[in-house]
Amino acid sequence: MREVRISLVGYGVVGHGVVDVISRKRKMLRELGLDLKIVSITDHTGTLVEEDGISGEKVLGNRTLQDIANSEMSAKETIRSVNSELVVEVTPTNIVHGQPGLGHMEEALANGKHVVTSNKGPLVVAYNKLKRLADDNGVMLKFEATVGGTMPLINLIERTLVGNTILGIRGIFNGTCNYILTRMADEQYPFSRALAEAQELGYAEADPTYDIEGVDTAAKIVILANAIFNMNVKYNDVQVRGITEITPEALALAKKHGYVIKLIGEVPALTVRPMLVPIRSPLAVGSTLNAAAIYTDLSGTITVTGLGAGGVETAAAILSDIVSIYRTKRVDAIF
Amino acid sequence: MRLSMELELQDVPGQLLLALQPIRDARGNIISVVHHRDRKTPRGTVPVRLIVEMDRSKLEGVKRDLEKSGIVVVRAGEERFIEEVSVILVGHVLDSDLGDTVSRIDSTGYAEVMDLSLSMPGVDEPSSAYMKIRATGKEEMQKALKILRDVGAQKKLLVIEPVEDGL
Repeated sequence: MREVRISLVGYGVVGHGVVDVISRKRKMLRELGLDLKIVSITDHTGTLVEEDGISGEKVLGNRTLQDIANSEMSAKETIRSVNSELVVEVTPTNIVHGQPGLGHMEEALANGKHVVTSNKGPLVVAYNKLKRLADDNGVMLKFEATVGGTMPLINLIERTLVGNTILGIRGIFNGTCNYILTRMADEQYPFSRALAEAQELGYAEADPTYDIEGVDTAAKIVILANAIFNMNVKYNDVQVRGITEITPEALALAKKHGYVIKLIGEVPALTVRPMLVPIRSPLAVGSTLNAAAIYTDLSGTITVTGLGAGGVETAAAILSDIVSIYRTKRVDAIF
Repeated sequence: MRLSMELELQDVPGQLLLALQPIRDARGNIISVVHHRDRKTPRGTVPVRLIVEMDRSKLEGVKRDLEKSGIVVVRAGEERFIEEVSVILVGHVLDSDLGDTVSRIDSTGYAEVMDLSLSMPGVDEPSSAYMKIRATGKEEMQKALKILRDVGAQKKLLVIEPVEDGL
């Protein structure tokens, strides 16, 4: 049995999801030969450290660590000093400066700890730097959960489609926008009403700017461009137009002529813009779903679809990244 | 062979049937008929574009028959436009001179707007237009879309293009 000691940084919706899936899947993970132990959790209120592993039952009922923290160590101090080999970084994203996640990731990688994250900001701001830091320290940086939520994309390309040259990726990478556009098309709702509904249902943030202006999608395009296409691009290299100008009339006209309107991100074109998608296209998925078409030289076009967000769903992508680190090592015979 | 014909019809009932008769007689298979009622010529005639699958040798005979019926044959020959793309414009489509937007494409000679429908929810609210653009080839289509994008930027219109098949 291989013990994997994990420091979790960030205890919001995704952080709870990570604790939840790791405790729920304990038996299955042990069958894979892995004993995943969360030995520390840090959020903005404090840090909880338990050398023998934190049990899900003990912490899942608490929204923050305020009442259960047993240390005042900062996230960086925890990463440095707690005996762990892998850091799961799930703090809130900031795509302008990448903090605080960027500092956490640098600290972890520099200390020879693997990083698994759903946090886009640091990767948008400094992917190449982080990748180099990981390589120099002989550890891995895994970020499947940053793009397309639970929809498998990066691991699919890097593992299953290995051998193919990836010509391009095009898709719907934001569930909030997709929900709004779907409701506008189905119910002829104006934008404002569809947005309000998405907010009521928890699909959109109180400040929905990142989603509806295309910022979130553009961040994902930057990550794909850098990670899959080695492009070394920044957020400002992406041409971005959101969905706020879309009207129910435009959606009705599209429908009449056999199309839906979707917010589509494209790499290596580096564009995010509303586009007409034929109703029968596999990309024409509704509700909060994400979908991506991967254009390859050998396998043709592969289209995947899946839930774009949600704590447990995102945690599932994080879990698969964690497991893949140790499986890779097995293949490389350095387990 | 696929042929295209541009005709001008009198704006009176029964003209379209009259125009289709010679093609039927020549055993031509009509692929599409686009009736531009909204774009009357200065002479008051209505332009019609036909795409027909027909033996080329019968074209001259059909032209003669059409002209005998008083129909003007502007052009007839192999189909020029082979690419088609749907586009939606959102914004003040009409107030920003839709005629000008269309003619910027039409005046290229390699592309044209062949179908146009408008949706206007109310004064001062953004309207939407659907248009189908045809062009003589893929490259020409890209040029036409570039023109439309530039016009869109200039007139503050959102131009919604279709995703292409493949990349």
